[in-house]
Amino acid sequence: MSIWEYANPKKFTETFGRWVPWVYGIAALCLGTGLIWGFFFTPEAENFGSTVKIIYVHVPSAFVAINAWIMMVVTSLVWLIRRHHVSALAARAAAPVGMTMTIIALATGAIWGQPMWGTWWEWDPRLTSFLILFLFYIGYIALWAAIPDPDTAADLTSILCIVGSVFAVLSRYAVLFWNQGLHQGASLSMDARENVADVYWLPLVISMAGFVALFVALVLQRTITEIRVRRIAALSARLHRAEA
Amino acid sequence: MLGQYATVVLSAWGVSLAALALLVGLSFARARRVKAQLDAIERQRDGG
Repeated sequence: MSIWEYANPKKFTETFGRWVPWVYGIAALCLGTGLIWGFFFTPEAENFGSTVKIIYVHVPSAFVAINAWIMMVVTSLVWLIRRHHVSALAARAAAPVGMTMTIIALATGAIWGQPMWGTWWEWDPRLTSFLILFLFYIGYIALWAAIPDPDTAADLTSILCIVGSVFAVLSRYAVLFWNQGLHQGASLSMDARENVADVYWLPLVISMAGFVALFVALVLQRTITEIRVRRIAALSARLHRAEA
Repeated sequence: MLGQYATVVLSAWGVSLAALALLVGLSFARARRVKAQLDAIERQRDGG
């Protein structure tokens, strides 16, 4: 069995259509556990007060926002190299999900920044690269909508996606590249000394698992929807030809 | 429980949960609408 079998739209829809409810279930379980634990059963931080509870929505949404773009780059490359339509449609399906996660990360960051930094916004390297990533999401979605021919749209959006990957990587590593700006380092790290305090760590990891599962469920569901939209277009064209 | 930052925390969580709910709701609504359209056109193709 090869992974490329799932490039067949029918096989993809049949297989992953069965998965979607289960992945939504895992997402609901993890989000329910992680967010309720984080909101109701973790203490205030000494330096941040109760605003520390914002990390349970801010950090996972930022994580998914960046990695959604990376996933789009991979599927776009698959489209450009192997011309599998499902991979181009998966990238298209992921874009609104990634954009929503970017909005959540930017909004929660601004809401947190106002009382903690004394400003809603700062042209900090990480914040700025994240804002540019958000603009790339908008551009990507607009480009798909603007080009009538789906293969041309897939080609051009794939190239845009590869260009935008620079800002996805910058959003993640900007705090390491430039030792300036207000944004603190990573909340979760392989280095235990850089992690958030133990009491916040496990609910944060569970929340992140929930956000990732929700992303997977949404992308699978939306990819199946995109496959069906394309099938509708093909069948409509066939019916029109038969009638003519 | 949230002290002086209650408004800050609740608005951040409110924005996040509302955005997620909207995204999931719109995704389900579109999936249902497209599936119904496809079923209809397949019935038409099969002469139903």
